Amino acid sequence: MNTEGNTNRRATPSARWPAIRFTVNGESCVVNVPPMKRLLDVLREDLHLTGTKEGCGEGECGSCSVRMNGELVNSCLVPVLQAEGAEIQTVEGLALERELHPLQEAFLHHGGAQCGICTPGMLMAAAQLLGHTPHPSTAEIREALAGNLCRCTGFIHIFESVVAAAGAQNVEPSKESVLEQTHHAR
Amino acid sequence: MSTHATTRIVGAPVPRKEGVDKLLGRASYVDDMERKGMWHGATVRSSIPRGLIRSIAFDRRIDWSEFTIVTAADIPGENCIQLIVADQPCLADGKVNHCEEPIVLLAHPDKHKLRQAFGAVEIEYEPLQPIFTMEESERQNVVVWGADNLLKSFLLEKGDVDSVWGRAAHIIEGEYRTGAQEHLYIENQGMIAEYSAESGVTVWGSLQCPYYVFNALRSVFDLPEDKVRVIQTETGGAFGGKEDYPSTLACHAALLAMKSGHPVKMVYDRMEDLAATTKRHPSRVRHRTALDRDGKLLAMEIDLATDGGAYSTLSSVVLSRATLHSTGPYLCPNVRVRSRSWATNNVPYGAFRGFGAPQAIFAMERHMDEIAAVLGIDPVELRRNNFLHEGDTNATEQLMREPMILDQLLDRALKESHYYAKRAQFARENRTSPVKRGLGLAAFYHGSGFTGSGEVYLNSLAGIDVTPDGKVRVLASNTEFGQGTNTVLTQIATEALGVDYSDVTMASPDTGVVPNSGPTVASRTSMVVGRIIERASLQLLALLREHAGLGASHTREDFFAACERYRAAHGEVASMCRYEPPPGIVWDDERYHGEAYGAYAWAIYVAQVAVDTVTYSAEVEDFWAVQEAGRVIHPVLAAGQIEGGIAQGIGFALYEKVVWQDGRMANNQMTNYIMPTAEDVPPIHVYFEQIPFRHGGFGAKGIGELPHDGPAPAILNAIRDGTGVSFRAIPLLPEDLYAGLARNQPVEEPAVR
Repeated sequence: MNTEGNTNRRATPSARWPAIRFTVNGESCVVNVPPMKRLLDVLREDLHLTGTKEGCGEGECGSCSVRMNGELVNSCLVPVLQAEGAEIQTVEGLALERELHPLQEAFLHHGGAQCGICTPGMLMAAAQLLGHTPHPSTAEIREALAGNLCRCTGFIHIFESVVAAAGAQNVEPSKESVLEQTHHAR
Repeated sequence: MSTHATTRIVGAPVPRKEGVDKLLGRASYVDDMERKGMWHGATVRSSIPRGLIRSIAFDRRIDWSEFTIVTAADIPGENCIQLIVADQPCLADGKVNHCEEPIVLLAHPDKHKLRQAFGAVEIEYEPLQPIFTMEESERQNVVVWGADNLLKSFLLEKGDVDSVWGRAAHIIEGEYRTGAQEHLYIENQGMIAEYSAESGVTVWGSLQCPYYVFNALRSVFDLPEDKVRVIQTETGGAFGGKEDYPSTLACHAALLAMKSGHPVKMVYDRMEDLAATTKRHPSRVRHRTALDRDGKLLAMEIDLATDGGAYSTLSSVVLSRATLHSTGPYLCPNVRVRSRSWATNNVPYGAFRGFGAPQAIFAMERHMDEIAAVLGIDPVELRRNNFLHEGDTNATEQLMREPMILDQLLDRALKESHYYAKRAQFARENRTSPVKRGLGLAAFYHGSGFTGSGEVYLNSLAGIDVTPDGKVRVLASNTEFGQGTNTVLTQIATEALGVDYSDVTMASPDTGVVPNSGPTVASRTSMVVGRIIERASLQLLALLREHAGLGASHTREDFFAACERYRAAHGEVASMCRYEPPPGIVWDDERYHGEAYGAYAWAIYVAQVAVDTVTYSAEVEDFWAVQEAGRVIHPVLAAGQIEGGIAQGIGFALYEKVVWQDGRMANNQMTNYIMPTAEDVPPIHVYFEQIPFRHGGFGAKGIGELPHDGPAPAILNAIRDGTGVSFRAIPLLPEDLYAGLARNQPVEEPAVR
């Protein structure tokens, strides 16, 4: 059974625990870890994908957000056994072929990232939003990001980044008061 | 093809220097790092607020031979974290003075075994009576620190306050309180340490001030300068919370590394971080103010107290800044400020963005609205009537030499917020609506850089060099933790040297590489260190013109060619400068008199707040922030500082309550310590009026702390405007609103039908 694991680029050797298989950023993985180990720790410790961050360990801050089977999840609240057979996307899987993802590009130019620790989770939440709502309203952006805490930005430039990524600058200004260009020095 | 003449990088929204790494998830924070053979460390902490340690026992069910155990007896140097006063032990020795005080350190290769062992260390105490409030500390019945519990006091006097009371038309008194506030950086505190006899101690960690950690390690390990090295890793938020505390954590990790012979990582989880690390000082400020018949300030008497917690940490300097910001941007001929910081058995308080100013400004700006109400005048006009202007002297009798535009900032804030039209509209609507809307305003300043002669004592050294592979490196110990140090300092060097933004990088924030350009605190980086980098850059150009044939105007290619000619002839291409104070800075530390700060940033903030009288929730609906902070080096980063500071200020006012239970934080989880989310922040309108400050880096003044100063008083003033009820303490939670509104029914009841 484990021969399949050997052919994978990402695998952990220990056979002490039953194999759990899933896909991360398009690559199939097999891990032999305690089934209740948090997906967050498996990503960071076993698969060395440290882009996903721990902020609170209790599903409040959203720093560990990843996409699993098309849903946004807090990977600190997911025991890895629940990821059996799942397709998982982390921040490392967001960039396209040597190019930044439009969200990354927008966060870079619109001040969406400051200290950067909430950024991977924020990007995943924003990607999830744009995945089902390509042109979100302000209220939809606020709601979609409400589970991701950022202590640096006050969120305003994150909202602007998401709008820029959505190519939604031409939405009616009356609905978008939060997103108006208020920095006259710009 | 850029030339000196065409490069206009200062003022341009260039991409954040380390932005791509952060966005790809490859920026390396301390918890992302591994060292070969690395163990993990944990801290066994005091479970009581004050007492003697009788015994430390290790449960026999654990095989302790697998563990490294460190106590105070293992400290090779002084058992003290060096900061200002040498009173805080690195590890408790025989007694504890607050809950969560570190006593025993453990290390083990397996994080999970560490967790089990942690609860198997039993500490027996003989409890002593603790005190938890400023009032208990003031009474001095129980003395927990020094001879009298007094960590620090200041007396600031101008004119003769006592001569005024008898002749004043109005005397208005008020007391205002602010609570503890948690930084809530999203990255918890963390450190990795290594030790070897040959190279001494090396630490990598999440921190603001590499040289603070450096000095603390030197003392705890009794090591010379060349045997200590501190390297900042990418830091996931700090806000002052990583100014002083990392020194303790670095010493702990390094003690475990020395004794275990392994690199040791210590990363706190959220509950430990919230329970054990510093927070904003709670405050109580009493104002007594005299005014004449026309509403002009005649005298201000201010009594300001803070709770410092169990050790002195930075309480003295936080108190100093509170003192110097307590009188607001007003002209008053007679002032007396007496301020004291009191020791208690609470977890020690420390640096937090604003550093005492938000507490003092909350009191002053709330008090101004109370004065306006008593006098029956417009709170806007009361302020305008009393503003400081160029040529006036402030409370420390510092002459206001630089241009001052408070009136202009106020006009802009009133115009942008449609202040009068909205107030009139809300006054009409509030009569019949269960939601009471109001507008509130705060006028304030924030002094940039260290107080008084602080920058002279720091004597910062910084500069640039040019590497053989053609990169300009900024050499400074000032660190990036989201606010934009990397970007702003490289922009300044780029602009001054006439090269491209991509030609300039930051040298590694490593005490083995960069000189001590002072801590990254006090809104000093752009103004003070930025100016040193600008001077060092110009000094390099002069050197290259004199010795390497660089022409009077040059391209970037000319510049690098000249650098290589210079290198061939003279070796290293580097230029270092020390801080030079602006002329005329005279500060008397004894009398608290003179030039308190080299420069001030000024601001007017307006909050629109809705109070729902059914649910008793208060929502900030809109926010306008108008400021003059010198030249804006980077418009997007600058606006981001303002917005982030305002969001924290909203949390300080309405959301963030540290619940204390016998000296321990009872709500040390993000589940129940609540900060504003994406759904809570209002639209924030940011406006900069720019007056370049000639002694700041390309005209910059401090900006980082300013936005935390204004929101809380503006919000509570708006609540007063909307409800007619005055609240004088924050955080103001729905239960507090309920208590206040139910007790004080507004004068104008809603019309019945």
